[in-house]
Amino acid sequence: MRLAIDYDKCTGLGLCEAEAPDVFEVQADGTLLCLDENPSEALRAEVESACASCPTEALRIIED
Amino acid sequence: MTDSPDDVRDLVVVGASLAGLRAVEAARRTGYDGRITLVGAEPHLPYDRPPLSKAFLDEGRAPEAPPFRTEEHLREELGVDLLLGTPATGLDATDRVLEAGDREVGYDRLVVATGAAARMLPGTEGVAGVHALRTVDDAIAVRAALDAGARTVVIGAGFIGSEVASGARKRGLPVTIVEGLDVPLTRSVGPEAGQVCADLHRANGADLRLGTGVREVLVTDGRAVGVLLDDGTQLDAELVVAGIGVVPSTGWLRDSGIGLHERDGALLCDATLATSLPGVYGAGDVAHWPNPLFDGQLMRLEHWTNAAEHGAAAASNALDRSGGVPVSSVPYFWSDWYGHRIQFVGVPQADEVVVLADEPYLALYRRGDRVVGALTIDRPTQIMKLRRLNSQRTSWPEARTFAEGLPALRAPQPAG
Repeated sequence: MRLAIDYDKCTGLGLCEAEAPDVFEVQADGTLLCLDENPSEALRAEVESACASCPTEALRIIED
Repeated sequence: MTDSPDDVRDLVVVGASLAGLRAVEAARRTGYDGRITLVGAEPHLPYDRPPLSKAFLDEGRAPEAPPFRTEEHLREELGVDLLLGTPATGLDATDRVLEAGDREVGYDRLVVATGAAARMLPGTEGVAGVHALRTVDDAIAVRAALDAGARTVVIGAGFIGSEVASGARKRGLPVTIVEGLDVPLTRSVGPEAGQVCADLHRANGADLRLGTGVREVLVTDGRAVGVLLDDGTQLDAELVVAGIGVVPSTGWLRDSGIGLHERDGALLCDATLATSLPGVYGAGDVAHWPNPLFDGQLMRLEHWTNAAEHGAAAASNALDRSGGVPVSSVPYFWSDWYGHRIQFVGVPQADEVVVLADEPYLALYRRGDRVVGALTIDRPTQIMKLRRLNSQRTSWPEARTFAEGLPALRAPQPAG
């Protein structure tokens, strides 16, 4: 799977980081850094939770 | 496949905001293919509330307040019957019927997510220029008053009132905030951080009046012209915003026999969000529940994340053959003032609050021998790492060592 991130929508609230800390990290300036744009299947549950938890709906999974 | 019992064919969700939306989405995710009815008091499709007191108030082109999902998506994709603009009025738990005016909706499972209504100042109903800020219609009215350059008095220095004050100051308008407590926000973040929040107002030119109440809103020709304080001070204002808390929306359940909290009348749920009535669950602002992560402390949270988590969990549990799972969560909320972001994780009721940094601010909350909360201002890269300490029930010494080892951050320049 790949991640599509809408950086215009993201406001850096960090709920994705709470769900999937190996994939998402909010930076000191409040912007989001994606640590792994092609997360492995082992991370699927976390990544799905992260996408679902985003208050601005900025995250989407694109299936390969 | 669904785990729900075969005889469950009617799920009714009452309350069409975030928790209600998440409930219907989660129900379909479990594989439930029976009927879903979403009942809402407001005429609008479910929409997002946090921006209403933030970006929505900014100067410039009026922002849209788009619904979370289109009506077509809700009806066609999720197969939801929508009953909007239809406040619930009663519940017959014996026959399992939800009453909404003259409509009767039968249910096998019911999720109550009716939220809470903004408390209004007594005697100000129908007075132009006096508003709460809870709904999109409130926000449109407040925005219009700011557009007209209103002198603004905010009553209550809580998060909503503070965000309105920030929005008015951003436009350069004069703002006075009137707060009954000597330190604002003590119930939400404790007195230490409340003091810091008070300083944010002062540093940004809001006139903060603490320890004083409002005697009356002054009205001429049906329109607010000012506020008279308990100490006799008179403040001129064209806009008066009441940020004085909310009342859980359970009046319609009074005769239903459902268990309500004696203090605030909100639902009393168990750890799975089940209420005292069979087949009825609670979610979001309207529900107290014992949070297992904090030793079963009874909580009622008015946070976005709580509504989202509760909505999904309540529907899943309602449809679960085995009765569902306890709902554990670390409370989290954020608030944006004057270009600063305040973030809080955990609970503020603490034996000790230790301030680890002043600029930008970082405080840790201790209860017994564990960390139970953390508050940051302008440390967005650190707050979720601190949240993890809570979810992992980290011991106090370990949490403190971790937090003290976080990089010092430079205070950002306030946004212009």
